Amino acid sequence: MATMIDTKPRVGLFATCLVDLIRPSVGFAAAKLIEDAGCEVVVPSQTCCGQPAFNSGDRATSRAIALQVMDAFQGVDYVVAPSGSCAGMLKKHVPELFEGEPDLARRAAAFSAKVHELVSFLVDVRGVTSVEARFDGSVTYHDSCSGLRELGVKTQPRKLLESVDGLSISEMRDPDVCCGFGGTFAVKYGEISDAIVAKKAENVWASEAGTLLAGDLGCLMNMAGKLQRQGREVKARHVAEVLAGMTDEPAIGEPAEKV
Amino acid sequence: MTLHVTSPAFKANAHEALSDEALQRALTNVEKGFIGKRKKVADKLPEFEALRDSARDIKNHTLAHLDLYLEAYEAKVTAAGGHVHFAPTAADASKIVLDICRRVGAKVVTKGKSMISEEIDLNTHIEAAGMAAVETDLGEYIIQLRGETPSHIIAPAVHLNRDQVEADFRRVHTDLPDDRDLQAPESLLAEARGVLRKRFLAADVGITGANFLVAETGTSIIVTNEGNGDLTQTLPKVHIVLASLEKLVPTLDDVSQMLRVLARSATGQEMSVYTTFSTGPRRPDDVDGPGEYHVVLLDNGRSSMLGGEFQDMLRCIRCGACMNHCPVYHAVGGHAYGWVYPGPMGAVLSPSLIGVDKAGHLPNASTFCGRCESVCPVRIPLPKLMRHWREREFERNLSPAPVRYGLKAWGFFARRPALYRLATRAAMTTLSLLGRNKGRFAKLPLAGGWTAYRDFPAPEGKTFQARWKAQQDKRA
Repeated sequence: MATMIDTKPRVGLFATCLVDLIRPSVGFAAAKLIEDAGCEVVVPSQTCCGQPAFNSGDRATSRAIALQVMDAFQGVDYVVAPSGSCAGMLKKHVPELFEGEPDLARRAAAFSAKVHELVSFLVDVRGVTSVEARFDGSVTYHDSCSGLRELGVKTQPRKLLESVDGLSISEMRDPDVCCGFGGTFAVKYGEISDAIVAKKAENVWASEAGTLLAGDLGCLMNMAGKLQRQGREVKARHVAEVLAGMTDEPAIGEPAEKV
Repeated sequence: MTLHVTSPAFKANAHEALSDEALQRALTNVEKGFIGKRKKVADKLPEFEALRDSARDIKNHTLAHLDLYLEAYEAKVTAAGGHVHFAPTAADASKIVLDICRRVGAKVVTKGKSMISEEIDLNTHIEAAGMAAVETDLGEYIIQLRGETPSHIIAPAVHLNRDQVEADFRRVHTDLPDDRDLQAPESLLAEARGVLRKRFLAADVGITGANFLVAETGTSIIVTNEGNGDLTQTLPKVHIVLASLEKLVPTLDDVSQMLRVLARSATGQEMSVYTTFSTGPRRPDDVDGPGEYHVVLLDNGRSSMLGGEFQDMLRCIRCGACMNHCPVYHAVGGHAYGWVYPGPMGAVLSPSLIGVDKAGHLPNASTFCGRCESVCPVRIPLPKLMRHWREREFERNLSPAPVRYGLKAWGFFARRPALYRLATRAAMTTLSLLGRNKGRFAKLPLAGGWTAYRDFPAPEGKTFQARWKAQQDKRA
């Protein structure tokens, strides 16, 4: 135990491509939460987890990206991503890419063991039971599919949200049903994706919560984009922003407040 | 109803389905009718998850020794006085059935629900041979009246509303008085029963499917809720069982385990109302039963799935839970999939049976939400198998060109972090400036597939990696 107290675990933050490009504030919120949980945060050079290639059937590209990620994150104790989808790719699917190649498979298995989704890392690995943050308003939480079904993320975010001052949770109907994003599916089968997200938007709206939260930026962009297209005033944020008490940035797709 | 494969037109089918108000109304019943009931009955059984493991293991074991169990099964059927016919293709299966029907001079053939019959398009062949094929399952009866195919593997008429069915009954059952109340589902059932009763008595051959075949005893098993299957197989002179070869399980013990997950997963019942075991034809001391008992065992591409990456699909027991829980199926219904098997199980099975060149859309039209796998009673990794089809398509360059080129361009940058950082930094800064006022885009070049339906958020500005590095540099 002494070593555990003496040395801070080194966490490689896998920001995810969407956070990197679209909403860097989620990355900083994630870094703060990980640091508050007693870890050191490093951000190795990164692009993407490879999931778009993997789910499009392009194994060669997925493998190349997986090898690159494993190289970049050598030497960290944990790899943490503010996304169930990307964490699911790195934890569950990267090992599948190297089945039958003993050396690489061993490497992939060791890498996989270090990978965690952000909120489940805080709760399940670091034993965090509450956060010091304030958010005035009601929120509803969408369970993103990969986090929920591949990694068992369900109670952890709700548990931490309950500790946020001023926040109340108003559950929507079917929070565990897909929002219709599905990565490239949203574009390849836009019309079907639209029908699915329309149902989700209906449920979000009916929850009467002022803010929609989730642990995956892809799903959030899909749901926020639909709510905004419908003219419905529900704000959407990544759950890490609220847990870190970093909600100064405008919500997803909202303009900066005019001063 | 002749069976056209419309899977290549999946997108157009889906478009039509999404704008069909009556269909959309009917599809709400799938979510309301199946999901809650399954959950309730599964939660009530403490060993349900263990039974799913066991069901998976029984099927895996059978598939690993399928040759032995097929031989054992055939021997038992023969010993009981029945006949097993192996049908390598759909055409072979239809021919075997027709030859039997012709030999006994059949005029009327009654049918219990069978997806294999749909797969081999049997009704078309029976009608073409001048015989009447009479569907006796209520849902199948309804869609036969309408000249349609099933839209769901256990609820063939789930795409219809009650008023549509009433209209069909009044159109076809011309002796129905106008004031006869057909509002309640029970009254529709009673009306169908009255009509079908006469057909049951007139039938020369009865054809059923099989939920399971038991190697130990040579028994075929069907589960139904209407009892129509029993009348189909016991009243006529000849009973023909249509089954695909992966329906086999080793023993009666195994079947009793499989049955415990089947009805729970399918309809949320603990057991179906009728579970009927048939072994051979009528014996001298039996009070009833058919004089001849035939089993037509269809392969139609299944044996080539053995030992390959799609073998897991052969565990499927056709409960329909995957489609009942599928957001894509909920949105477009079963007909959009364009062939016999819809939903996630169809998205994996159809490419195996009719070719991925025809069924290529199906494994792509999934968000990979994983809900299907989470409810599958035999734990088929459906998203993984759909992904394997995408891999086969990618290898054969069957994926649409924009997808392939887009992926190539993206992959080029994703594999070169330094270049990626450079390109994305510039792109995100520009996009951020353009979108700053509104915070989002209603239209965006190259992202029309997204912005046709939803807004796209303006990026905050510099990328996370750029900002993080700047912050670290400042600290240092």
